[in-house]
Amino acid sequence: MEIVENIFVKNGLIFAFLCVGVIMLLSYWISNQLMRKRIPDVAIAIIIGLGLAFLGDKKGIADFPLFSGMALLGGSMLRDFSIVATAMGADLNKIKQAGWAGVIALFVGIFISFFVGGIFAYYMGYTDAENLTTIAAGACTYIVGPVTGSALGVSSDVIAISVAAGVVKTIVATIFTPLIAKKIQLDNPHAAIVFGGLIGSTSGVVAGLAATDTKLVPYGALTATFFTGLGCLLCPSVFYLSLKFML
Amino acid sequence: MKIYGVALLAGCFLLGKLMGNLLGKLIQINNDIGGVGFAMLLLMGTSFYLRKRGWLNTESETGIRFWSAIYIPIVVAMAATLNVTAAITGGAVALLAGAGATIAGMALVPLLSKIGKTKNDSPIKNKAHGDR
Repeated sequence: MEIVENIFVKNGLIFAFLCVGVIMLLSYWISNQLMRKRIPDVAIAIIIGLGLAFLGDKKGIADFPLFSGMALLGGSMLRDFSIVATAMGADLNKIKQAGWAGVIALFVGIFISFFVGGIFAYYMGYTDAENLTTIAAGACTYIVGPVTGSALGVSSDVIAISVAAGVVKTIVATIFTPLIAKKIQLDNPHAAIVFGGLIGSTSGVVAGLAATDTKLVPYGALTATFFTGLGCLLCPSVFYLSLKFML
Repeated sequence: MKIYGVALLAGCFLLGKLMGNLLGKLIQINNDIGGVGFAMLLLMGTSFYLRKRGWLNTESETGIRFWSAIYIPIVVAMAATLNVTAAITGGAVALLAGAGATIAGMALVPLLSKIGKTKNDSPIKNKAHGDR
C-alpha cells in the first residue's frame, strides 16, 4: 500500500491526469444517463471539482499530499497556457459570417454580464476593484473569472466564487433557453448568432440551443467561441481600470 | 513537428504576459492587464500569417490543438484546488451574478437581433423542438 501511495505522490501530475479523466468520464455519464443532457457535462465536472475542493482547506483537495498534483495541473500557468491555445480554433474569417449583429452582441454581452455581475457583487460587500472585477468577470464565463482573478492577484476564495458564477450561468442558459426561446424570438440563425454573443458561455449556449432547436447550435457557437477570449482581454484591462478609477 | 506548434504557443503566451505586465507597470498598477487576451490575439495573428505563408502545417497545429482540447480538464483541476470552504459565504453572490448576467443577456436578444436582419432570417420550421 505504501509503495502505491508513494508512486502516486511522486508522480502527482500524472495522477492528477488520471483523476481529472475519471471526473470527466463520470460527469459525462451523469449528464447523458441521469440528466439526459439537461445540464452540460462540463458544468457537472466543474461542480464535482468544486465539491472535491470542499474536502480540503485553503488549497482544496491539493491539501492532501496524494492530490497535490492537482494544484500543478490546475495552477494558473497551465490554465492560462491552455486557454491561450483555444484561440487557435477561433477563425478570424468566421467573424465575418457573424456580421455586425454578432460583433455588437459580443461586446454588449461581455459588458452586460460584467455590469450585472458587478452590481450584485458590489451590493453584497465586494467593494474593492480587484475582487469586484474578478466576480464580475466570472459572470462572463467560468474561464474569464479565474484568468482575471489570478492576473489581479485576488485570493483563492474569490476566484472560487467567480468560477461558481460562471457555472451558474452555464446551467441557467441550458435550462432557461428552451423555455424562453419563443419569447425572445430565438428561432432563426440570426437570433442564434446574437444569442451566442450575448450569453457567451460556450457550453451553456450549445446545450441551451440544442434543447431548443439543434439547427441553431452552430450559429450560437460561432459567436460564443470568441466570447471568452474577448472577455480575457477586456475584463482585466479596460473594465478593471474603469472600475479602479470609479471606486 | 508538433513541438513547433507548442513552441509558437509558448512564445505567444510569454509575449502576451509580458505585454500585460508592462502595460500594468506603465499605468502604475502592478498587475497583469489583459496578458492572456494579448497572447490569444498574438496566436490568432501569427497562426493566420504563418498558415497563409504555408509555414504552419497540420502537424504543428496538433501541438496547439492538444492544449486547447485539454483546457476544460485543467479548469476542473483548478476548481478542485480552490479555497471553496472560505468561498461558501459568497455562494449567494455567485448565484445572483451568474443568473442575473444570463437573464440580462437573454432579454437583449430581441433588441440586438434587429441589427442587420434580412428577410431570409425567418424562423426555422421543424416540429422536433421544445419536447425535451
